[in-house]
Amino acid sequence: MIELVSYGAFFLTLALTFAIMCLGLNVQWGQTGLFNVGVAGFVGIGAYVSALVTTPDLPERLGGFGWPIAVGWLAAALAGAVAAALLGALTIRLRADYLAIATFGFAVVVQLCVLNLQSVTGGPFGISFIPRPFGALAGDPLIFGLLNLAVVAAVTLGVYAALEHLTRSPWGRVLRAIREDEQAATALGKNAISFRLQAFAMGGAIMGLAGAVQGHFIGYISPEAYVPILTFQVWAMLIVGGSGNNRGAILGAIVVWAFWAASGALIAAIVPPEEQARASALKIVMIGLAICLVLLLRPRGLLGELKTVSRHVDDGKDAKT
Amino acid sequence: MPHVIAASGLSLSFGGVKAVDDMSIQLRRGEFLGLIGPNGAGKTTLFNMLAGTYKADAGCILINGVDASRGRASARIGMGLGRTFQIPRPFPHMTVIENVLTGAQNQAAETILANFLRIGKVAAQERAAIDKAKGILNFLKLDHLMHEPARVLSGGQRKLLELARVLMADPSVILLDEPAAGVNPALLGFIIDRVRDLNARGTSILLIEHNMDMVARLCHRVVVMVGGRYLTEGSPQAVAANPAVIHAYLGVAAQ
Repeated sequence: MIELVSYGAFFLTLALTFAIMCLGLNVQWGQTGLFNVGVAGFVGIGAYVSALVTTPDLPERLGGFGWPIAVGWLAAALAGAVAAALLGALTIRLRADYLAIATFGFAVVVQLCVLNLQSVTGGPFGISFIPRPFGALAGDPLIFGLLNLAVVAAVTLGVYAALEHLTRSPWGRVLRAIREDEQAATALGKNAISFRLQAFAMGGAIMGLAGAVQGHFIGYISPEAYVPILTFQVWAMLIVGGSGNNRGAILGAIVVWAFWAASGALIAAIVPPEEQARASALKIVMIGLAICLVLLLRPRGLLGELKTVSRHVDDGKDAKT
Repeated sequence: MPHVIAASGLSLSFGGVKAVDDMSIQLRRGEFLGLIGPNGAGKTTLFNMLAGTYKADAGCILINGVDASRGRASARIGMGLGRTFQIPRPFPHMTVIENVLTGAQNQAAETILANFLRIGKVAAQERAAIDKAKGILNFLKLDHLMHEPARVLSGGQRKLLELARVLMADPSVILLDEPAAGVNPALLGFIIDRVRDLNARGTSILLIEHNMDMVARLCHRVVVMVGGRYLTEGSPQAVAANPAVIHAYLGVAAQ
């Protein structure tokens, strides 16, 4: 029983780190229509920045600085925002398909830099001994797992609450207007480039934060964690959960991650050991299948976009009826 | 400043095609000006230059006395110029009232930080904007559709919705691009009525329209464009009787 709860906490914590990434992608794609297929790049930047900021000083690579975890997370969010703002300043004017190519290229460049800048990132060996929240309690897996779940859940909830607030604000309304018809929004005085850049940077910040939270939870990061398959997973989560809906982003992350973990367990159980490395590719097939099924049966995702209106509009409606 | 729009020498080419060639147009304050011409005359291209969507190759545009020749399209509404589109461009998945609220200007909450740091001001602005939006929707008889997504509106209602969005910004001049096209006669009468009402309240209007009956009922003055150039101008009656205009529209010499 205790093992089950421990595993549940571990699973949910990891799923919620993906949920944060998914919330970031929802700002960019769901709200604003920015086709970012470089999610892994921003997540990786966040994970590495936070690891460098918080790990103890090491002679063989840059840093670490041994600062508190919270500082690392803030630095990760800032780095994600700066990276997105710089990339966006160059590419945000591009049409959707070209933006996709540019962001994909960016993520590949980030991954190759991380792999090869050994004096900064540890290269292929990655960075280990990243401080974990409540690391002193790691001897008791149950308490440790539950406390970590609480922290990650609190971060997820905070990001969710802030994004919900913005989604229902005039800022969120302008983002949707630009997504729906950029020329009409421009005629109404909205500087589309500026708003798209803001949304892109905000999404980058959230992805960077998610990368840091995940890195600190696992305690170890390496370049192969930030390959395009991560981007694919986060996209699958958003599509399954419901693009444009913050709750859908979180639900989609949990559902798809459960699917991913379950198919991994299934493959481990039924495939002979010598074939398992190859069979693990089936997990990707399963996710593809899940996307197809959701798109066929619930084209708008498990939770579709809400008919979002300002809080105050609802006040008015109640008053009238 | 008697002119809300004073544009002179405007030219724009697409590749080898001169869509607008050395065109000048003035809109007086409070005037209802018609812009007519056969298809391909360059009317909408001229509109798009006035609205900042296209940058003119040459020429000068003054809006309420301010040089807007190099200005961005998104800065136009702040200068007092609003426009509608020939084919309506609603935000289809947003509700009707949200569409209209998007037209509100100078909203503090269109910056990220204000939403967290100036909650009181944001709420007050939003409530004021909602009251205003409801008033405009009432004026345009769209209030019963307020909470419907804009994609369910009919073609004519979409034209009204575009007008409602623009009215949120209190423009001093509105460019109307074929508001009558594809609108059923009953609704058309209502649109004409409301547009005339706006003009009577002091909004200057530049209207592109093929429906000559509507032009004759609304416009004080009509400018005729042909082949990207200025042809003539005058009262609707004088222009309609002008042999050169008839020739341009029908391609035959007037009898």
